[in-house]
Amino acid sequence: MGLARQAAIVGVYEHPTRFAPNKTAFQLMAESARGALADAGLSLKEVDGLCSTGLGFGATGIVSLCEYLNLKPGFVDSTAIGGASFVAHAAHAAAAIAAGLCSVVLIVYGSTAASQRLAIGTAGIGSADPADQYETPFGPTTVASYALVAARHMHEYGTTAEQLAEIAVTTRMHAGLNPQAKYREPITVEDVLASRTIASPLRLLDCCIISDGAGAFVMTSAERARELRRRPIWLLGAGEAVGHGEGGLRDYLETAAAQSGRAALARAGVAHREIDLAMIYDSFTITVLVTLENLGFCRRGEGGSFVSGGRLRFDGALPVNTDGGGLSSNHPGMRGVFLVIEAVRQLRGEAGPAQVRDCRIALVHGTGGTLGLRHSGATLVLAN
Amino acid sequence: MSQQANVPSRPRPRIDEESRPWWEALGRRELYLQRCLECGALRWYPRALCPECLCDRTQWVRASGRGKVYSLTTVHQNQTPGFAGATPYLLAYVELEEGVRILTNVVNCRPEEATIGASVEAVFQDIGNQTGLLSFQPTRQQA
Repeated sequence: MGLARQAAIVGVYEHPTRFAPNKTAFQLMAESARGALADAGLSLKEVDGLCSTGLGFGATGIVSLCEYLNLKPGFVDSTAIGGASFVAHAAHAAAAIAAGLCSVVLIVYGSTAASQRLAIGTAGIGSADPADQYETPFGPTTVASYALVAARHMHEYGTTAEQLAEIAVTTRMHAGLNPQAKYREPITVEDVLASRTIASPLRLLDCCIISDGAGAFVMTSAERARELRRRPIWLLGAGEAVGHGEGGLRDYLETAAAQSGRAALARAGVAHREIDLAMIYDSFTITVLVTLENLGFCRRGEGGSFVSGGRLRFDGALPVNTDGGGLSSNHPGMRGVFLVIEAVRQLRGEAGPAQVRDCRIALVHGTGGTLGLRHSGATLVLAN
Repeated sequence: MSQQANVPSRPRPRIDEESRPWWEALGRRELYLQRCLECGALRWYPRALCPECLCDRTQWVRASGRGKVYSLTTVHQNQTPGFAGATPYLLAYVELEEGVRILTNVVNCRPEEATIGASVEAVFQDIGNQTGLLSFQPTRQQA
């Protein structure tokens, strides 16, 4: 039995804040939970499943969040695979609902990354894991790990800085249509190229911003979804995967998206040409480019020309990140939850000036971790 | 004007019981890789069990220390102590002649002297306790 149309997203809420120095991450999450449940027409006491993880989560952070919300759910999932976590949580929630483990699952994320002045991309990325000793002495940062993928892509395929910049420019244009986006002033390819280099070939405007922020969505069973006030947005298929060093033999231009995307599309029974919107985790411009290739929207090596010429605009052939993405709207450390929220807004026809015409099927892909070291991918196919 | 890429004052590796022989070999200016005695697979990074077959009979094989740059970035910003004042430095994957890709620094050159595809050779840096760090430098032409 597959997961297609077994569960639906019935409520979403994106917290409007981008800077909240007087609030805590848990407070932002509770406010987002309140918003998503109100959108769904459900009460907190009806929640019997909770999914979350966070930058500041302790080893049992999910239990602490249950306590904060005074929830006693029968299903919890704190899968922590970086920014893709909340995309994976949606699939896990759907599976749990389909299996009868729970019926109303709240998926929530929030952080005060900006007001805490966290150096997310440009600090070291040390851990206690065994591989760390072979990496930390050489000074890898999150940006640098993605830069290693970008440099290799340029070397193999002649991809240019201008092509990467096209992604930042289109995304900023979308942010200009979103009153809540943190950066809304239009930028040009020249602006991107003139911004300072963080880790070559990636420049400042190739990198996602750091904001505070939070968001939540609510999932429930097909039966329950049909009784609620909002049009259900159905999960058609899902996939997840990891990418890592593969014993020293990895091809660094192949990412987890190849495996997770193939699985999600096959399970959904959806072809690329049927997809009206792609919400692609944009930690960096290169993330979008290699993800589109690995998902099969274009062939490997063709990403540079694929992202050019306005194709990714909300009125283009493949609208991508119509909310302004992590590059311009918000990126509170992890942003998977916002990929799902914007996909739902588009599928409901509530995306405002950036509304994709006749949006019926959306693909969501989260990338978590450090692309050039080890990372995760989670893909959803959603439909109205 | 171009400048010499910096050599950061690096954090020490967190050496463990699985990895100690590798680090001690570097202290002797020797580079070794592990090969599984059951299935023959070469692996990076060092670990007790073969990730292909979970066999724990392992042979350490001497590597040449020669390789080519697989990918490369010049890092201009890193807030970590030891690196904050050391930018720009070169972070790279070097593909060893034996086939595995290792994260490392390229040192002893200007940033523009190192390119993807360039031949490089091992540089050993003593870090005390009979251990060393493995970086690479562009292969110098033989006289």
